[in-house]
Amino acid sequence: MICEHCDTVYRRRRLVRGEVAQCARCRAVLERHHGMGSNTLLALLLTGFIAFVVANVWPVVTLALGSKQISTTLWGTVITMWQEHSQIVAVLAAATLFFFPLIRIVSMSWLYWYARDGRRAPGFVPIMVTIHYLKPWTMSEVFVLGALVAIVKARVYFEVIADPGIYAYGVLTLLITAFAAVDVRRLWDTTSEQAA
Amino acid sequence: MSALPRAIDMGVIGCHVCRQVSRDTLDSGHSAKACPRCGSILHRRKPASYMRTWALLIAGFIMYVPANILPIMRTGSLNDIDDNTILSGVIELWDNGAKDLAVIVFSASIVVPVLKFLLLSMLLITCQRRSNWAQVQRAKLYRLVEFIGYWSMLDVFVVALLTALVRFGVLSLVEPLPGVVFFGLTVVLTMLASMSFDPRLIWDGENTDD
Repeated sequence: MICEHCDTVYRRRRLVRGEVAQCARCRAVLERHHGMGSNTLLALLLTGFIAFVVANVWPVVTLALGSKQISTTLWGTVITMWQEHSQIVAVLAAATLFFFPLIRIVSMSWLYWYARDGRRAPGFVPIMVTIHYLKPWTMSEVFVLGALVAIVKARVYFEVIADPGIYAYGVLTLLITAFAAVDVRRLWDTTSEQAA
Repeated sequence: MSALPRAIDMGVIGCHVCRQVSRDTLDSGHSAKACPRCGSILHRRKPASYMRTWALLIAGFIMYVPANILPIMRTGSLNDIDDNTILSGVIELWDNGAKDLAVIVFSASIVVPVLKFLLLSMLLITCQRRSNWAQVQRAKLYRLVEFIGYWSMLDVFVVALLTALVRFGVLSLVEPLPGVVFFGLTVVLTMLASMSFDPRLIWDGENTDD
């Protein structure tokens, strides 16, 4: 294997639990051991999918001023930004908070479903390449922090009620952190060439 | 450093997308070669890394100026209308007693972009001079820049959420202002800049390959 950060060549060695392979030249992480099998990952992905649906269907926060109440979902936010002449922001939010995370969860589930018996899912190659390019552009965890800041800012003037959506986002953030340790590219090696 | 062989000297090449190692045949006539496993185009180094990174970084910086000068959101109520810039939003949080959040927003919106401009420029300049100075540390700094990149979107999401939430007619209203669009563009451009920089250039020292 070749270190992506400095081009040094290594012979790959099997890692045991808790081991991390580090590049001797630039100290970048080459590979991490992870004990999660395809079934464990699938279970986490399913949880992630449920949390994602809840986070998008239920409102994130509700504001109250006197008798009036206003709540919003992620899509409500995107549509408002579009109407308020900030289409670029609307597109960015829709892509990084909805489409990219959704595509990642669904396509990873698809790949790991087949990987349970070491097979490659139909469309394996294009899906793997897509996941690679999408990875830096999923920003759900930033949105959670943003929601917290918005709540604190709004609390000065209004009564704020946190809705199920924000808790679902919290769960999603934890799961995304767990996925971040998993190198999907390992599937190139652990699945065999013949298509399913 | 002869103990650690590098791919470029061994005549092999690693795929950027799937990490497959294959024999480097870029010299033998064909201009572009695809990875045998995933079909992505193979490069020894990211193509035109210096030019692209500089261009995106400068574009990001140009966007960063209006992002800070122009207000990012307008809060209005019955008696007054208030235009907030990024910095005044931080100060407001601090004054309202949310000092911890003020620090978080300040880091995400001010420190992180400035740090990205400074660090990437430093990396570009030192690599173009083929400097051997502090290579391990510079490699670490690059990974830091990549890691912190997207947290700057924080303020953009805050403005978007507040706009959607606070719509009580004349009583109270929040509107996004152009600053937030410029800020979003800054974040995207600097993220692209850090992706087009090739950290292997840090180690290329005396090689003459670009």
